[in-house]
Amino acid sequence: MSADKSYKAGVKEYRDKYWTPDYVPLDTDLLACFKVTGQPEVPREEVAAAVAAESSTGTWSTVWSELLTDLEFYKGRAYRIEDVPGDSESFYAFVAYPIDLFEEGSVVNVLTSLVGNVFGFKALKHLRLEDIRFPIAYIKTCGGPPAGIQVERDRLSKYGRPMLGATIKPKLGLSAKNYGRAVYECLRGGLDMTKDDENVNSQPFMRWRDRFEFVGEAIQKAEQETGERKGHYLNVTAATPEEMYKRAEFAKEVGSPILMHDFLTGGFTANTGLANWCRENGMLLHIHRAMHAVIDRHPKHGIHFRVLAKCLRLSGGDHLHTGTVVGKLEGDRNSTLGFVDQLRESFVPEDRSRGVFFDQDWGSLPGVFAVASGGIHVWHMPALVTIFGDDSMLQFGGGTQGHPWGNAAGACANRVALEASVKARNEGRVIEKEARDILTEAARTSPELAIAMETWKEIKFEFETVDKLDVN
Amino acid sequence: MSLNDIGNYETRRTLETFGFLPKMDNNEIQAQVAYILANGWAPAIEHEHPANATDVYWTMWKLPFFGETDMGNVLAELEACHRAFPDHHVRLTGYDSYTQSQGSCFVVFEGRS
Repeated sequence: MSADKSYKAGVKEYRDKYWTPDYVPLDTDLLACFKVTGQPEVPREEVAAAVAAESSTGTWSTVWSELLTDLEFYKGRAYRIEDVPGDSESFYAFVAYPIDLFEEGSVVNVLTSLVGNVFGFKALKHLRLEDIRFPIAYIKTCGGPPAGIQVERDRLSKYGRPMLGATIKPKLGLSAKNYGRAVYECLRGGLDMTKDDENVNSQPFMRWRDRFEFVGEAIQKAEQETGERKGHYLNVTAATPEEMYKRAEFAKEVGSPILMHDFLTGGFTANTGLANWCRENGMLLHIHRAMHAVIDRHPKHGIHFRVLAKCLRLSGGDHLHTGTVVGKLEGDRNSTLGFVDQLRESFVPEDRSRGVFFDQDWGSLPGVFAVASGGIHVWHMPALVTIFGDDSMLQFGGGTQGHPWGNAAGACANRVALEASVKARNEGRVIEKEARDILTEAARTSPELAIAMETWKEIKFEFETVDKLDVN
Repeated sequence: MSLNDIGNYETRRTLETFGFLPKMDNNEIQAQVAYILANGWAPAIEHEHPANATDVYWTMWKLPFFGETDMGNVLAELEACHRAFPDHHVRLTGYDSYTQSQGSCFVVFEGRS
């Protein structure tokens, strides 16, 4: 019997098989970067190899049936270890997975392997999936955004500026007819779209069918009166896929150009199915991210949002919430720019200053609008236009509906501020620095904006970011 | 809040981007043309009667000005289109061949309706 082909029962060190520092990753490999915090007594190579093994072909004990296949072909390989800047306890482990480990077009299957059992592994104190490089061969098997940025702009005739939206408030408790009124007021005042709050599904105070009918009326009337294209993200997130599709069909029937889904609470299976439905039915898909902070906020454990964002682009969505950097919710500027690129660009190079660990080629997959939403108001507008650029959806909920004259005037104030910022940017002005001048000039011909500026002049959200990029 | 402090907002009929800003003067229009040219986009002019303003396609004025780098030529064509169709809206587009979209698009002259 040859030594390496015979079966020896027992427990081997993971690094014998799964630590391969000489390995050169293939173009077709799926690459992952984990931030690993091992138990103190275990060597780094062994921990990294354990992560590679447990997230691919390995288990804790040798088994005889391994010898029936070619594990050299199928195994994941830990191929590099790096220090984490400013952190002596953790390190980065880079793992390469052969593409055949994953079902085509299934981010569900990728995540089940990469962030499955391995995250509960006892030899680890913490584990965080920092980034994935999806090979172009795998990307070509995914449907991606139902429409994408370019198609959405053409359908809605919105060019050369970010789009403007608002989440309808109060988020729970309105009747369908009153809710439709709030939508109509926002849209007639100059917003492009409004949004169901993520908590709004089909509660006793407002059943989904009633909401859809009144909102449909609101969109139609606002379009007729303003001459512009309007929409409202009808949230079709539901308890079952059957119910979700039923609501999607009706959203199309009432004439909304767009609907909405929560991709983490609803799940990737539901999301991918709904994205396919939207593609076949000419509907746009807005994606909310409830539950993301549970998964992505801890700097040493979980999944970084850049990975969730990449998975969403593959699963399908035309808009994705990314945080605002400047508003009430957590978000480091460079890190946010890093995953905003992953949503919109066709190629994103490695850039550690933005937390991007790999070159990522997106091929022909359409881009996703970045959505900035949460605690933002007119004073933030120049900064938001600078940070997010034109291919974004800026959403002011309280910042629209909290206007002293009501939703329509609040919408108008935001629209004037947005257009003044875009115009000034195009003129070559540094609008983030000149914010006060630009808004003050614009307010001279817009009492709605002047009042909004007075209302929100003191509101700031200045807290330290919890999840910072790793730097010395 | 007193009722006197609450203004009455009247719905406006607008023409998408920059529809909420005051009419631009010549210098302001020039600056937007310069932005289109600086981005390497192809300027193009379209016009349409206000009654058909919501149509996807407006009538093209000549062809997009591929390779045009002179701001004066673009402004002269805008004026010429406006003189030829004083009743029509006239809009300027910057065609971005990389994104296959329009990097800029706004109405420069509003038609008399």
